[in-house]
Amino acid sequence: MEKRVVFKSAWLPYALLAPQIAITVVFFFWPAFQAAWFSFQLQDAFGLKTEFVGLRNFVELFNDSHYLASFKITALFSALVAVLGIAVSLLLATMADRVLRGALAYKTLLIWPYAVAPAVAGVLWAFLFAPSVGIITFALKQIGIEWNWVLRGDQAMALVVIASVWKQVSYNFLFFLAGLQSIPKSLIEAAAIDGAGPLRRFWTVVFPLLTPTTFFLLVVNMVYAFFDTFGVIDATTQGGPAGATQILVYKVYHDGVKSADLGGSSAQSVILMVIVIALTVAQFRFIERKVHY
Amino acid sequence: MVENRPLLTFFTHAVLIAGVLLVAFPLYITFVASTLTLDQIVQVPMPLLPGSHFLENYSQVLTAGSQRGAAAPVGRMMFNSLVMALVIAFGKIAISIIASYAIVYFRFPLRNFFFWMIFVTLMLPVEVRIIPTFKVVSDLGMLNSYVGLTLPLIASATATFLFRQFFMTVPDELAEAARIDGAGPMRFFFDILLPLSKTSIAALFVIQFIYGWNQYLWPLLITTDESMYTTVIGIKRMITGGDALTEWHLVMATAILALVPPALVVVLMQKWFVKGLVETEK
Repeated sequence: MEKRVVFKSAWLPYALLAPQIAITVVFFFWPAFQAAWFSFQLQDAFGLKTEFVGLRNFVELFNDSHYLASFKITALFSALVAVLGIAVSLLLATMADRVLRGALAYKTLLIWPYAVAPAVAGVLWAFLFAPSVGIITFALKQIGIEWNWVLRGDQAMALVVIASVWKQVSYNFLFFLAGLQSIPKSLIEAAAIDGAGPLRRFWTVVFPLLTPTTFFLLVVNMVYAFFDTFGVIDATTQGGPAGATQILVYKVYHDGVKSADLGGSSAQSVILMVIVIALTVAQFRFIERKVHY
Repeated sequence: MVENRPLLTFFTHAVLIAGVLLVAFPLYITFVASTLTLDQIVQVPMPLLPGSHFLENYSQVLTAGSQRGAAAPVGRMMFNSLVMALVIAFGKIAISIIASYAIVYFRFPLRNFFFWMIFVTLMLPVEVRIIPTFKVVSDLGMLNSYVGLTLPLIASATATFLFRQFFMTVPDELAEAARIDGAGPMRFFFDILLPLSKTSIAALFVIQFIYGWNQYLWPLLITTDESMYTTVIGIKRMITGGDALTEWHLVMATAILALVPPALVVVLMQKWFVKGLVETEK
């Protein structure tokens, strides 16, 4: 797509682009380039000397059982967040699409968690599940379940998944609702006249038409779980107990900021960049498809 | 609705009400906890109805902060969050609207190169370039400053795309007419294009305001001075480790203060919020 009518000026377009490009170069390209550069270097403990070590940081990472464990944890975490978030919000959106009365009220009451910062969402749920004072911990104890996410890895994982899903449901909900509302009513009516019940109609007509939205949300939720949940983790488990919730982004932060391992952390950054690029490409593929339906 | 099924309608409302309650439950408990004393919370189970210490707790955090954790007043933090949210929102809108104007309405060498340069930033979220970006900002002497908090987050590929998309739908006749009437490019931009972009700007503002207000990793890295904390960071600094030691009533009051402003923006500007959300992802 190009404009037919354009203005002519030798300098104006450059001046208009200058602020955006300047910030992009200083705060995006230069740091990304440095991350790549540091990832080939090894720094001594006092930061006095650096030497070029080639791919050694990467080799060490892939021989590091903690790093490989962090990969597995990230995969599990993002799969849980994406699948649970999508399932819950699809159910809610399908229901919200059906109601005639109170539709706006339901919508308003379901979308506000989008505004809650991930770190705050983490704190809210950490309080509910707090080992000694939490109200849900208390309720679980009444039915015989001991809940202590500070000590138990699986429960810590459950906590961060719940907090992350809770925050993300509103986002998925809005996209599903928009998708559902764009399905022509005549299709549903035709299926109903042919005698298909609500459940059958959903699985054979509605859900297939929502596939592009679902794929799109799958990718967006993966990206969300990979990066935006940093706040949830840092405000609650801080990667613990014993690394049970240490997702890749948290490990970059932990190794780089807390342990000051510049080379190792930069190598992890580079690997993450590759993952983001793959996810972004996937996202654009799906969006192209989304446009066609 | 295609057919009338009373039972299904009942089920629909039941699911939605359950969803609404589940979504609201943490908020309700948080609010209740923020109106109690610490002793009341520590007595498990805590009361499920609001207590009488609302004013006390909120004025304590707003003016003085917590006693055991960070002792910075949350009022100051909210001001910092507001500055950060507003500067990021307006800054992003300002620099990306002129950048996309240049890309759409001008032909010049390296146009595509610049476009791709902006596009690629989508793939470089702060989280993957934490340490080097921190180094750049610290080398520039921007730690603990509003410039450091906002400037590195102002470049936005999504906003540039949104405006580019919108400019493409503006009829060519408008630019043609403006040119025939002797209006220069900046005149056309301010008198015609900017007023037409109002709804896109409003939509983008809502999304970016929330983005700015909710920033976590970035302020965590570059603010060491308590007077520069944002509200979200303040909460984290108030949690002092063991959950029996944390002053939960004050943490919860701060949590409410941290989430009410962006939640109000979403609820009150719902129309633009939905538009912004759906369009920035295209």
